[in-house]
Amino acid sequence: MKSFREWISSGLPWVWLNASAVSVCILLVLGLLGLIAMRGMGHFWPAPVYEISYAHQGGDSQTLVGQVRTREEVLASRLTESGLEVEPGVEFVERILLKTGNRDQTGDDFRWILEPGIKQKSRPEDMAVLERTEWGVFFGRISGLKIEGERYQGEGLWEEFTRILARTDELREQISDLEGGDVGRINYDLEDLRLSERKLEFRNVTDPAAYREIEDERDALKAEYAVLEKSLISLNEAIRRDSVFMTTGDGVEVEISMSTIIDAWQPNKMTLPQQLGHYLRKGWSFIVDEPREANTEGGIFPALYGTILMVLLMTVVVTPFGVIAGVYLREYARQGVLTRTIRIAVNNLAGVPSIVYGVFGLGFFVYTLGGSIDKLFFEAALPSPTYGTGGLFWASLTLALLTLPVVIVSTEEGLSRIPRSVREGSLALGATQWETLWRTVLPMASPGIMTGLILAVARAAGEVAPLMLVGVVKLAPSLPLDGNYPFLHPERKFMHLGFHIYDVGFQSPNVEAARPLVYATALLLVVVILLLNLVAIHVRNGLRKKYKGLET
Amino acid sequence: MTATSPRKVILESVRSEQFHLWRSRKDLAVKWLIAVGGVGVILAVVMIFFYLLWVVFPLFMPASSEMKEGPLMPSWRDNAPIYLAVEEQLEVGLRVANDGTAGFFHVEDGELVGKSKLPGSDNARLLHAREAVEDPRQVAYSTTRGLIYGFHHDYEIRFDGGVETRRILPSLSFPYGQEPLLVMPSAEISALAISEGDNEIVLAAASPQGLVRVNFASKSKNFLTGDHTLDPSVTEKQLPFQVRGLAISSSHRWMFLGDDQGRIHSYTLPDLEHAETIETGGSPVTYLTMLMGGISVVSGHADGGIRQMFPVRSTLNDFHLQSTRSFDPMPSAVELIVPEERRKGFVVLDRENNLAIFHSTAGRQVMEKPLEKLGPRYIALSPRANGVLIEAAGGRLAMLDVDNDHPELSFASLWQKVWYENYEEPEYVWQSSAATNEFEPKFSLTPLVFGTIKAAFYAMLFAIPLALMGAAYTAYFMSPQLRQWVKPGIEIMAALPTVILGFLAGLWFAPWVEENLASLLLMALFIPPGLMLFAWIWSRLDLSTRLLIPEGWEPLLLVPALVGLCALALGAAEPLQMAVLGGDLREWLSNDLGISYDQRNALVVGCAMGFAVIPTIFSIAEDAIYGVPESLSNGSLALGATPWQTLVFVVVPTASPGVFSALMIGLGRAVGETMIVLMATGNTPVMDWNLFEGMRTLAANIAVEMPESEVNSTHYRILFLAALVLFMFTFLVNTGAELIRQRLREKYSSL
Repeated sequence: MKSFREWISSGLPWVWLNASAVSVCILLVLGLLGLIAMRGMGHFWPAPVYEISYAHQGGDSQTLVGQVRTREEVLASRLTESGLEVEPGVEFVERILLKTGNRDQTGDDFRWILEPGIKQKSRPEDMAVLERTEWGVFFGRISGLKIEGERYQGEGLWEEFTRILARTDELREQISDLEGGDVGRINYDLEDLRLSERKLEFRNVTDPAAYREIEDERDALKAEYAVLEKSLISLNEAIRRDSVFMTTGDGVEVEISMSTIIDAWQPNKMTLPQQLGHYLRKGWSFIVDEPREANTEGGIFPALYGTILMVLLMTVVVTPFGVIAGVYLREYARQGVLTRTIRIAVNNLAGVPSIVYGVFGLGFFVYTLGGSIDKLFFEAALPSPTYGTGGLFWASLTLALLTLPVVIVSTEEGLSRIPRSVREGSLALGATQWETLWRTVLPMASPGIMTGLILAVARAAGEVAPLMLVGVVKLAPSLPLDGNYPFLHPERKFMHLGFHIYDVGFQSPNVEAARPLVYATALLLVVVILLLNLVAIHVRNGLRKKYKGLET
Repeated sequence: MTATSPRKVILESVRSEQFHLWRSRKDLAVKWLIAVGGVGVILAVVMIFFYLLWVVFPLFMPASSEMKEGPLMPSWRDNAPIYLAVEEQLEVGLRVANDGTAGFFHVEDGELVGKSKLPGSDNARLLHAREAVEDPRQVAYSTTRGLIYGFHHDYEIRFDGGVETRRILPSLSFPYGQEPLLVMPSAEISALAISEGDNEIVLAAASPQGLVRVNFASKSKNFLTGDHTLDPSVTEKQLPFQVRGLAISSSHRWMFLGDDQGRIHSYTLPDLEHAETIETGGSPVTYLTMLMGGISVVSGHADGGIRQMFPVRSTLNDFHLQSTRSFDPMPSAVELIVPEERRKGFVVLDRENNLAIFHSTAGRQVMEKPLEKLGPRYIALSPRANGVLIEAAGGRLAMLDVDNDHPELSFASLWQKVWYENYEEPEYVWQSSAATNEFEPKFSLTPLVFGTIKAAFYAMLFAIPLALMGAAYTAYFMSPQLRQWVKPGIEIMAALPTVILGFLAGLWFAPWVEENLASLLLMALFIPPGLMLFAWIWSRLDLSTRLLIPEGWEPLLLVPALVGLCALALGAAEPLQMAVLGGDLREWLSNDLGISYDQRNALVVGCAMGFAVIPTIFSIAEDAIYGVPESLSNGSLALGATPWQTLVFVVVPTASPGVFSALMIGLGRAVGETMIVLMATGNTPVMDWNLFEGMRTLAANIAVEMPESEVNSTHYRILFLAALVLFMFTFLVNTGAELIRQRLREKYSSL
């Protein structure tokens, strides 16, 4: 047993202090990941819907229906300051953020209520949640159905309702297939024709045959469109045929057209497996659905798609250039002061702020290169720019430039790990330098190169600042890869997961409603990037083990 | 098998020779290909720097001009010009002579394209002409009979097909009629001014003896014909000084007069009450005009001096005229000052025929051009300020092409305090755009650089202790098994997208801090002593308990203690605040200490960005400390030093260059980080070290403003300058760090 003084002089407290720094770091990391995971995963769970009879301060009482979003303890004094009455002697009051939905009825989605005001709270089994294409969710009880103009009431309404819902679902899918497929293709072709006509005008072609050809094609397309339009109209009529009557907590009956209902469930009735199923289904549709209502609802499919496509395109660009530069620096360049300087410079480019690359991308790629390309090849479309504005291609190039140092450095590192003896052996057997490189060195270094690429991809996937300048948008009208020739449209604007987080979290009109979605998006992005990094670490470790024997 | 025939052997050797040749050729080709590719890639990367420089470069190019001699106009020899103008395309000009002829002409060849006689010139000559600063095409002129008239000149651009068929059709109109707009009692008029407004026009004229008449005419527009009818309201006043110059503010609240003593007087409008008089040094005023926007007045003096002044708000509704700048003087008396139509610049012509261009915000002379050879009789500035049309002696035309794209920049306007219009004092302001065109752009980079430094400073304040102490422990004390997990675990956080950190900081952490500020500060206060106390108690426990946690695993033991302390801080915050401050800490800060509190502030940014920087610093510093050869520490331990002494006095000093370079790289990252500051600060460019206020950094500023900035405008180039500054800073810092690390590596290998 040491005295306190001795303990201090032994230096041990400082060691503990340093240890506590590590603990703080660990705790921060775990806490952050835990926070994102918790908030991101919780969103899809079918939370119970409460029916609360709530007494307002001042005497009025009201029936509120909704899901509990958050609870917090508030100092009683703070409430009294804002003019609310609190029972004397109470120090804290619990405040609940209730998601009440029904924005079309009440004007807002959320409201704060105070715990003491709750007179009665129940979870009625017949309370339903409707997910709608507009106005957010609806909470209420089903009170009737209108099928082909006739009203039905009584038993078995919910079962009938789900049956009709399945029908409208099918119709909706048909409509979106038509709109996204054939109609989209026709519009695309029509725009193409318009541009080729303008091109002819620019070239001062006067031959009427050329114009007639275009006119014929246009007529054919228009005829095709007329047919489609008819079927679209009939589909739209069919989907609007039925509607459902819902009663809100206040007892008001509302008629909701079936065409606006996407999904419906009764969370209070669900058993655990049902809840799990619902959870997985919602999680999946989050990934594969289009966003709705200014990105505050629905899925994130276009953002995910845009991110992946952009990263792939970037990889295609950065791989050959990065590897060639790395091979040149390590295998071909004379190792002198100059090469060393270049190596340091390249290494340090990785530390240059990403926004600088964005500025460069905007100025050089978009305005300078893109502007020239437009003038040379896309004159017909001017003044609306084709390549002279941010787009997928420029974004990929910018990020390729940004990640180039990572690939070069890791290629070099991979090459430098190959022992000299391997090269000398190959050369001694009469192989040329290229053959040595291609047959022996590069295959051995490939895991190192792979590591670099994976790290580059991970960095690119999470980078947002430069993209904001070179082509990312909050809502892209069409995907950059679709069924219209030439399929890949590198000039199109695209959506991106990281930007989606920024945009929905900070620029959206209804941040509170969108918040869970942002957490879910963040979770997805974190998972993707952590996985990529873990793979990279794994590959690197495996590689180190593999060549350990050779090195000694 | 029989032996191969000689023929076959020869064939094969030839074939193999060909094969070898092909192989060596391929080798050579690939060698070149890779060399070209490799050098190309490296050049492409270097190009980033040069491209940024190339875009920024024009900012620092001095303005230049080129004189183009024009045609001789014989009809101009017999009369003198009182007004000259040129339209936007620099193709058509207008000249008003003192005999009352107003003629449009082609600048290129002198061809006259329209001529008319102005009203009031039948039995008098014309004297002065002045433009309204709000609409320079609206001109007022006075005659030798003391009458003042107005006209408007317009230019219609017409296309009859393609771009090459463009024609410019000039025309003269009289929106306020052809009758005199103001009548002076005497024939002599020494100064004249006109100002257009939405609801009224104001005309003022003064005689040399100091009689001033003002017509404050409200106008109503006939919606059918588009004509204006005026409802005149004339006031007059005899002033106790000789008036040499007159100007009317666009707000129509002030009239400014310059006198022969060099004083500038301000009078209120429309009632002509004397407001203020300021002295400028005694030299008589020779010319007075408003600048674009109609807020500032510029006065030219007989000694060549040029001064700018504008009303400054002193109390709520009280203004006083403030002389804000004096420019480099002209060599002789100022004869004419022409304000630019779209910028806060102006052109000055002096009596000795020197021409100079100034810019008010930059406070500098942009360009100077002696014109004594030409002997200019009158000059006109084009609307884009890219050309000065000169009528030279003898009726010859000349055009001075001016290349002056970025006059608003000077060292002072970028980095020093500038007294902007409508500001109460000189300030550092970044405000690049506003709703109106008359706006004075404020391009001070100082608040942005300050914001960048502030954010980086607080981030480093948070990150350095945690990262360095953590690195020291991980490298020197931690058990290898635990290190194997902890190091990559912290390093992987470097890959976490900053947009996520920014989002959490802005939407979760900032509101949380706002609610729990006291708890957060208590945590910082409780945790170090609390953990020390915990460690001491642990050291008092008996050996068998202590052995449960082997040496090098302490951090795991500390995690629950840490959680407990955080909970304690959270719980203790409310009662402590109540007891000590009698309320909420945040309210106490703002009410009792007067410290303003923004929800998204430097504290939030410091924590979030600090978190982003920790892995970078940690990783490099840990490598440096871990790499210190074991022989060194073993030697120290063998001599009786404690492990802590060994760490502090032997290991860390040896590794200090590496640790230093870790800090530099961390700093580089904090300076350039965009998304976190963008999302977790209010992005207001304030200059205040206050921990609870936000800031705007260079990087966030680029992200916010770059998409909207017009290509090749001053704003665009300044944003590029900001990017270049960031690039250079991080590049130099990182290179320095890298060089230090390389030297360290060499040192280790020699040990």
